[in-house]
Amino acid sequence: MKRTLMGVAAAGLMAFGLSATAAEMKAIDKASTTSAVRSGFSYAISETREMQTDDIQNPSFLWVDIGEEQWGTVDGEAGKSCESCHGNAADTMANVGSTYPVWDPATKKPMNVELRINKCRAENMKAKPWKYESDELLGMTAYIKSVGRGKPIHVSLKDGDMEAWSKKGEQFYYQRRGLLDLSCAHCHEQNPGNLIRAETLSQGQTNGFPTYRLKWQKLGSLHRRFRGCNNNIRAEPYAYGSDEYLALETYLAQRGANLPVEGPSVRK
Amino acid sequence: MRTKDKNGLGRRAVLKGAGLGALAVAGAGLTVREAQATPETAAKSLAKHLGGATAKEGKVDLKLPEIAENGRTVPVTITVDSPMTDGDYVKAIHVVADGNPTPEMISFVLSPNAGKAEIATRVRLSKTQNVIAAAVMSDGSVYTGTKQVKVTIGGCGG
Amino acid sequence: MSAKPRVKVPKKAAKGDIIQIKTLISHKMETGTRKDKNGNVIPRNIINKFVCSFNGTEILSAELFPSVAANPYFAFSARATESGTFEFAWSDDDGKTVTATEKITVS
Repeated sequence: MKRTLMGVAAAGLMAFGLSATAAEMKAIDKASTTSAVRSGFSYAISETREMQTDDIQNPSFLWVDIGEEQWGTVDGEAGKSCESCHGNAADTMANVGSTYPVWDPATKKPMNVELRINKCRAENMKAKPWKYESDELLGMTAYIKSVGRGKPIHVSLKDGDMEAWSKKGEQFYYQRRGLLDLSCAHCHEQNPGNLIRAETLSQGQTNGFPTYRLKWQKLGSLHRRFRGCNNNIRAEPYAYGSDEYLALETYLAQRGANLPVEGPSVRK
Repeated sequence: MRTKDKNGLGRRAVLKGAGLGALAVAGAGLTVREAQATPETAAKSLAKHLGGATAKEGKVDLKLPEIAENGRTVPVTITVDSPMTDGDYVKAIHVVADGNPTPEMISFVLSPNAGKAEIATRVRLSKTQNVIAAAVMSDGSVYTGTKQVKVTIGGCGG
Repeated sequence: MSAKPRVKVPKKAAKGDIIQIKTLISHKMETGTRKDKNGNVIPRNIINKFVCSFNGTEILSAELFPSVAANPYFAFSARATESGTFEFAWSDDDGKTVTATEKITVS
């Protein structure tokens, strides 16, 4: 019930469009204190929240600008830009951030926003795919997510083998790994809000990605965060766009269902 | 956080001093370190900027988080009590820190047309330390403000 | 690939108003104390100077050191005196200068 209410609150905000960030953030905050599902935003100190809520203070927007510029830039042998087919991103991409990953019948895998962009570049634009974690791919991902800010996350498991992939992600989540022998659940399910050394643990929700981490001093993808987390528990990280991380991303979207898309956010 | 390890602050030391104790260790427990600022070098660096003027405490407010979420990006707002008129304004603001590799952080030059002596930016703090701002007024007087910021060690050493 | 600077200045103001200006620019602010994987020091490259002028007269300038965080952000004020143009310039250790302008109508 609480989740449903939150979804309604978030949906109501969409009407305000991009300029309503402060209101959006207030709603995320409110949703987070009244629901069991909490965005990382609700764990942040006020200075970091303020940085996220103002589009000029939020350094992610340097990448959103890169994405917006690329949107209209012709690239590849087909002589097309994103805009040639998709027109105004604010109209055509508004539901992308909240519904991805989706099933890709060609690869028989879930496909996240990053992989979707590169598939489009390769197949439709006949352009070189962007490197994972490049400014261009981060920028385009951030731009596409930014036009869907405030929309409640709803990733469908109906198509293809999405259900099975989400299950795989769930197994990953509860699997102990690394020298510290920790699973995702030990920190993010059993201890959100508690301190690990001097740092507050969050639920590890994905609705804010890509995110500008104060630590990274740049925008970074969800898979970069997964890799960092795996490294920290002294486990071998998987590759960007790997099956393991796609499964985890699909599963985490279920755990964070109805949280509003915040991307690109600011996190510690 | 490898640099911390290099400086002799191991996991065990941190685990021993749980909670707030850990903050104190993170700030003070380092004995061997590479060349870096100290309260003395920070004061010297300020004095160089101020050219011999004697500084009084007051009129300068530094807004920084008590505990930075991450030392690599720490928001700071400096406010100086001044009418900012042609006859009475803040000419310059020098910001230094006493625990970074170098003491200087940033220096501002203002004109009366800035209208208000309030500036926000973001700085890096390599460990728990004091941030000091000195404002040079148009009449040559100098005022300072200081704020300590705690910089802690993140989760699993990340 | 790096983005253009972001600058926010109100489009209109009344004479005498104190307006808020915010700027954000993409820059790594390489400190000069970090080492690469082979142990070689990565040379310092930071934005070392920022200037904001209005109709050619300096409002505020800053001298930056490596302790300024990556992607420098500034928020400060200016008194609206007449209609005109704010000019912003950021210069880095490589000798590169990036500029931006914003017009304001003062009535």
